[in-house]
Amino acid sequence: MANVVGSLNPESPADAPAANAVVELIGISKSFGPVKVLKDVSFDVRPGEVHALLGENGAGKSTLIKIIAGVHEPDGGSLKVAGEAVRFRSPREARRRGVSTVYQELLLFPELTVAENIFLGHAPRLAWGGLDWATMRSQARKLLDSLDSHDLDVSAKVVNLSVANRQRVEIAKALSQDARVLIMDEPTASLAEADVRRLMLVVKALRARGVAIIYVSHRMPEIFELADRVTVLRDGGFVGTKAIGEVDRSMLVSMMVGRSLDQMFPKVHPTLGPVVLELRDVSHHREVQHASLSVRAGEILGIAGLVGSGRTELALTIFGITPATSGEILLEGRPVKIDSPKTGRDLGISYVPEDRGLQGLVKSMTIRENVSLANLRRMSRGLLIRFAEEVRVAREAIKSLGVRTRGPEQRARELSGGNQQKVVIAKWLEVGPKVLILDEPTRGIDVGAKAEIYALMGRLTQQGLAIIMISSELPEVLGMSDRVLVMNAGAIVATFDRAEATPAAVGAAMMRVEMAAAA
Amino acid sequence: MSPPGGPKGEYPRAQPEGTPVSSVASAEMLERRPTRSPLAKFLESHGQELVLLAALVVIFVAVGLYNPRFLGSNNLNAIFAGNAYIAVAAIGMSLVIISGHIDVSVGALIGVLATIAGTLAVKGYSPWVCWAVPVLCGMVVNAFIGVLVAYARIPSIVVTLGMLSVLKGGLISVTGGAWISNLPQDFLIAQMRLFGMPSPIWFMLILTAVMALWMKYSGAGRAIYAIGGNGDAARAVGIPIERGTVLVFAFHGFFAGLAALLLATQLQVIQSTVPNGLELSIITASVIGGVSILGGTGTVIGSTLAAILFAAIGSALIFVNVSAYWLRSVVGLLILVTVLADMARRGRIN
Repeated sequence: MANVVGSLNPESPADAPAANAVVELIGISKSFGPVKVLKDVSFDVRPGEVHALLGENGAGKSTLIKIIAGVHEPDGGSLKVAGEAVRFRSPREARRRGVSTVYQELLLFPELTVAENIFLGHAPRLAWGGLDWATMRSQARKLLDSLDSHDLDVSAKVVNLSVANRQRVEIAKALSQDARVLIMDEPTASLAEADVRRLMLVVKALRARGVAIIYVSHRMPEIFELADRVTVLRDGGFVGTKAIGEVDRSMLVSMMVGRSLDQMFPKVHPTLGPVVLELRDVSHHREVQHASLSVRAGEILGIAGLVGSGRTELALTIFGITPATSGEILLEGRPVKIDSPKTGRDLGISYVPEDRGLQGLVKSMTIRENVSLANLRRMSRGLLIRFAEEVRVAREAIKSLGVRTRGPEQRARELSGGNQQKVVIAKWLEVGPKVLILDEPTRGIDVGAKAEIYALMGRLTQQGLAIIMISSELPEVLGMSDRVLVMNAGAIVATFDRAEATPAAVGAAMMRVEMAAAA
Repeated sequence: MSPPGGPKGEYPRAQPEGTPVSSVASAEMLERRPTRSPLAKFLESHGQELVLLAALVVIFVAVGLYNPRFLGSNNLNAIFAGNAYIAVAAIGMSLVIISGHIDVSVGALIGVLATIAGTLAVKGYSPWVCWAVPVLCGMVVNAFIGVLVAYARIPSIVVTLGMLSVLKGGLISVTGGAWISNLPQDFLIAQMRLFGMPSPIWFMLILTAVMALWMKYSGAGRAIYAIGGNGDAARAVGIPIERGTVLVFAFHGFFAGLAALLLATQLQVIQSTVPNGLELSIITASVIGGVSILGGTGTVIGSTLAAILFAAIGSALIFVNVSAYWLRSVVGLLILVTVLADMARRGRIN
């Protein structure tokens, strides 16, 4: 990564706040507890522009739009709407100022009609205070017509509408409140191709009317077709704002992921052993399609891909939670049938889940109890658990993984996220795995604990463990992996050796773009 | 445990000083490191039991001073032996609640099982048959509940509400609420004594001790806590949570059967109806004993202490000339206070 693009203070004209900016963010910061999710973010949005907001998962986009929409209050910095400093205490206040949001998960009432949904909370009234149904319907009609949705019946119940039509209702609802700023959070994520085209026409029409649109999307083609300017966030920090003409695709990808990777990821290069796990044409219904891969002892195999690309589903299939419906899995050269997590565990496959609160920890239990949980049989003599052995093992794990705790009897729920994650990893190391699958191993934990987990991964591979790491953080995948697989829509679409795995190449494969570099 | 490639127990040590954030790590360490005395640890992990024990001592001392007859052997016998069946049933209930479920049909089940025992006894079957059959019936009925909960995935509250009506209605229809009398003396297990102590107290003490040890030190007990604490995590480590749930309900049926015997043989007659509010007394004993209604925590020692505490409070009210009807209110207050304390401990409220 020679060219780290985007300094903190670029002086390009696209960056200078315009006099007529309709939204202006100045040094916005936000923390949740000890986690800083936004650091000193500044940019502006002008009337009649589509302003794309780009960043990896966890870069802070969602938090940022929620601050503009009045869901969260910023800890620092200021927000100006139409030149006036505002402090939104609720989404309602933001809407009154003309800032409306269309979220990814649409917030409509399924049992109400289209017109009722559009005017919920600000319905036209008759002189005596009753609802003016006729006006409501005719205005709803007018709004939808202006969105080129002549076929949408204003009296239809929302529950019967397609996702694309519901989205139009949401947009009409925003317009009915005279939105000057419309925030759209991944609006095309769940749309079919034809609906994406229609939506883009609607967005262009809104821009022509002078509405400012903040457009969050992962999809590069849309961004290049729609956006006037693009702002990139990375790790909660502001990377840069560029006019769309100044950038190309690879430049944007490196703005999203670019940083010097070496210091964070102390990559060790152990000599690789024989192939431990091999998948041949493995599928699980439609979620995982014809996956073939192999991982060797001492190797870290990274799996990159967007959320929903089938990475976790692949892991669950290997581990036996959702057993393979076809294909063949070989462990140390022998074909195996993994039909339950118990089989997976007994064969030497450990899976540290994506969400440690859901599938990883029993928070009401102590560290000692959590660490031994996957290994109770070996920890027991007859019916009884060998208590002293259990304590010894827990102390050992606390020491070797550097868990910050009062001791083995502390309850898991009292630990910080990073330490909880270490406890889950310790639990899965106790069973003596041959393959360790780490699903988003550093999600939601602080930088220090991240670095410790990376270091631990390095030490484990030196001991000959094969690691499969799923991650949404491109730098993590690129920094830690010996090889990188990219998944897209349930299938493995690309494989890179460490040397070939550049942010641009992997990012492009993730974003469903033809690859030029790979081969 | 043996990580691959390394000898037993030797994964490498963490080296936080090599990372760019060692200052953060060590600050956190300083904050969390202070080790606490064994006494403090004991207090933390057994808080609920100690509170109950203290409450019991206070009641016995205070009421005993006010009216010494409270500590007379007749009254102590009534408190301990007369309520042991609630404590025994609460052991099973605690297992059910710890595993994340609930059973509101247990009072009705006990009524049915007591009637079965009495009917068999009057018909002249040997005492062993009269004792074994209701216990087995209890296990079968509750295992069936467990199957519906675990495999058909119907919430336990729904299954047991249904079972409550089935049992209650069935019992009254079949027996008409008749009294069963002329019970043979050798059937009356609750009136037997061993080393001078009434048998219900033996049952309560031994079962509580065995189950407390089993829950704490056996792999199966640990699995029950894990199922209630986080079922998904338990499944992911290969604990068979469906089988475990059925087993817990079967155990619960076993204790319900014993409780039914102790209740049925207290007197010379059995009324073939469902004891009023019995399931609430049993659930309450479990909850006040420190078994969190959210699952995953609690001990059977706590539930037994709580069962005795209610009995003592009920008796004490009489000795200080307060209407025994207040017992319900006092117990209700205790439930609310306990649940609030539980939630505060979990940080749900400030």
